[in-house]
Amino acid sequence: MSTVTSPARPAGTAAQAPASVTMVAALNQALADALAADDRVVVFGEDLGTLGGVFRVTDGLAARFGDQRVFDTPLAEAGIVGTAIGMAMNGLVPVIEMQFDAFAYPAFEQVTSHLAKLRNRTRGKLALPVVIRVPFGGGIGGVEHHSDSSEAYYTHTPGLRVVAPGTPTDAYRLLRQAITCPDPVIFFEPKRRYWSKETAVLRPEGPPIDRAVVRRPGRDVTLIAYGGMVATALEAAEAGVDEGWDVEVIDLRSLSPVDDQTLTDSVRRTGRAVVVHEAAGFAGYGAEIAARLTEQCFFHLEAPVLRVTGLDIPYPPPHLEHYHLPHADRILDTIARLSWE
Amino acid sequence: MTTVAHPGETAASPGLLPSQTPLQLIDQDGQPGRNPRGLSLPEPGVLQELHRRMVLGRQVDIQATALTKQGRLAVYPSSRGQDACQVGAVLALRDQDWLFPTYRDTVAILTRGVPAEQALTLLRGDWHCGYDPYEYRVAPQCTPLATNTLHAVGLAHAARLKGQDQAALALLGDGATSEGDTHEALNFAAVWKAPVVFLVQNNGYAISVPLAKQTAAPTLAAKGIGYGIPSLLIDGNDAAAVYAAVKAGIQRAAAGGGPTLIEALTYRIEAHTNADDATRYRTTEEVRGWLERDPIARLETYLRARSLLDDAAAGQIAAEAERLAAEVRDQMNREVSVDPAELFEHVYARPTAALERQRAALLAELESEESQEAAR
Repeated sequence: MSTVTSPARPAGTAAQAPASVTMVAALNQALADALAADDRVVVFGEDLGTLGGVFRVTDGLAARFGDQRVFDTPLAEAGIVGTAIGMAMNGLVPVIEMQFDAFAYPAFEQVTSHLAKLRNRTRGKLALPVVIRVPFGGGIGGVEHHSDSSEAYYTHTPGLRVVAPGTPTDAYRLLRQAITCPDPVIFFEPKRRYWSKETAVLRPEGPPIDRAVVRRPGRDVTLIAYGGMVATALEAAEAGVDEGWDVEVIDLRSLSPVDDQTLTDSVRRTGRAVVVHEAAGFAGYGAEIAARLTEQCFFHLEAPVLRVTGLDIPYPPPHLEHYHLPHADRILDTIARLSWE
Repeated sequence: MTTVAHPGETAASPGLLPSQTPLQLIDQDGQPGRNPRGLSLPEPGVLQELHRRMVLGRQVDIQATALTKQGRLAVYPSSRGQDACQVGAVLALRDQDWLFPTYRDTVAILTRGVPAEQALTLLRGDWHCGYDPYEYRVAPQCTPLATNTLHAVGLAHAARLKGQDQAALALLGDGATSEGDTHEALNFAAVWKAPVVFLVQNNGYAISVPLAKQTAAPTLAAKGIGYGIPSLLIDGNDAAAVYAAVKAGIQRAAAGGGPTLIEALTYRIEAHTNADDATRYRTTEEVRGWLERDPIARLETYLRARSLLDDAAAGQIAAEAERLAAEVRDQMNREVSVDPAELFEHVYARPTAALERQRAALLAELESEESQEAAR
């Protein structure tokens, strides 16, 4: 009997031995496998052809798949999203890149008025399976406009799916899932975790695109994080052991739709919850989670749901960003305020 | 010593500039146009069809405006006066080509074959465009200005990547040329050599703002050279010229020659919509002057002089237009049943759990209202 090899996995990578992989490499592999698996997939944006992207996520893809499948565009984000919409209308599956979070803003109208709404505006006739990759968040010493956490702008828009991986293996899985998803997906890549490593086998199977996962089980308090803050939350959870807290960490993965079930199961058990994100707290994504948990778990809560977020300020310059970003100590200080007596 | 070329150097592209005066095949008196330069007169059968479709479109347009006054349409942006652009451009398309219309292009959509009841769905006040874009190869009527131009470029580029013989026609107005998306669309189309025709219906006003406050360019067509796009300035009230120009653009696109920019000079006879008062920004003399340049009258004169139209044929077309308008009137006077549950249906491929809950809550709310109503 012959072994069936998935077309998504070229022979060279078929070995299932776990290997050390960065998030950048995992994303690159996901794009390569998606391009190999489906002729309709096209990858385009600024500097991602010859250069391989400013973070090298698309390194080597143009050479391997040709400039009809992987190509550079003029420098215009509304143009990239707007043309991706037209391409998807004509049967392609565009996977496009906004070079940095804040540089995606010129495309906002195309995203919110068209990409998000065209299925509805055509009563389901027009599906737009477009993935917009957005490197987001801080922690890399970027100059102004290079470190925004812009997720709430998109989660507030019905019709979009918004996801953010926290680990290399999940980056691979979520990106493969996003590319096969019939809905438009805003795919947030945490820049500060681009070079974090994990020893694992990359595979698309696993939790579905709209499911949160428990990264660390615990009994006393639920820490809820996504993207770059997952590792920070896990760090805080480990440090919490010394304080006598058994901390559960949930990696949301999907910000929209949100997996209420996994969240409420956990919080009804622990009775305490803290949401962590880099974005400013005011009207931020954490406010939605806190409100939902209050509505759905009120009689199980021992304390108000608290948030650890970025400050309500424009993203600070490199030498000041550590004041802004949530860190393990700040998370532990917040856990300490959860009415333990 | 070798000379290293600067990466910014490109080959000079001659012949991209439009004419200074609009190209014309049939003038406003119904005589052969004085400035046809390169445009070829359509066959008699095409001219007859252009006339017929304009008469039909005009009648529906007038009917639609009347229906807003009776509250049967939520809003209607009339294209009366722009009939030649609406009809000429669409008849120049091949079956496989796509149309990307705006809110003012209902007559173009009708001309493409979309039934009036479907084409007027959005303006009637429904939540969707009313037709299947794939059935007619017509994108949903686009309300945000200029955004449709990028969709057209993307669709056309995809056709090229897939090796399909297919082009896209993007409709936009003079106001939309100031939007950034128009700039990006022209640029992307040119760089990609995408098979697209951009037709700017320059009707002189963006709601109330005249062209002089919109641009300092000598003409809107003149902008083409900045993108490396060949462009044409045409008489937009000459259906033959519109047809010939768009046809030439589609042919260039199909032959791999890339995009074409066409500026058609025309005029909107009605206000921006039924909600607008045009007397606040333009004079009745100006409107009267343009009524004399009516696109239908000039083609009719031309056809009659060549025995391509007689009273009998004109009467038949008028009767057909009357029937069509009556149909539209009846359709729009019928009550439409809307299902609020469907509001949740097409937000995603499958409703999310949260949307399912909201749908159930809304239906429960309606049910309780109904039972209270019944109890009274």
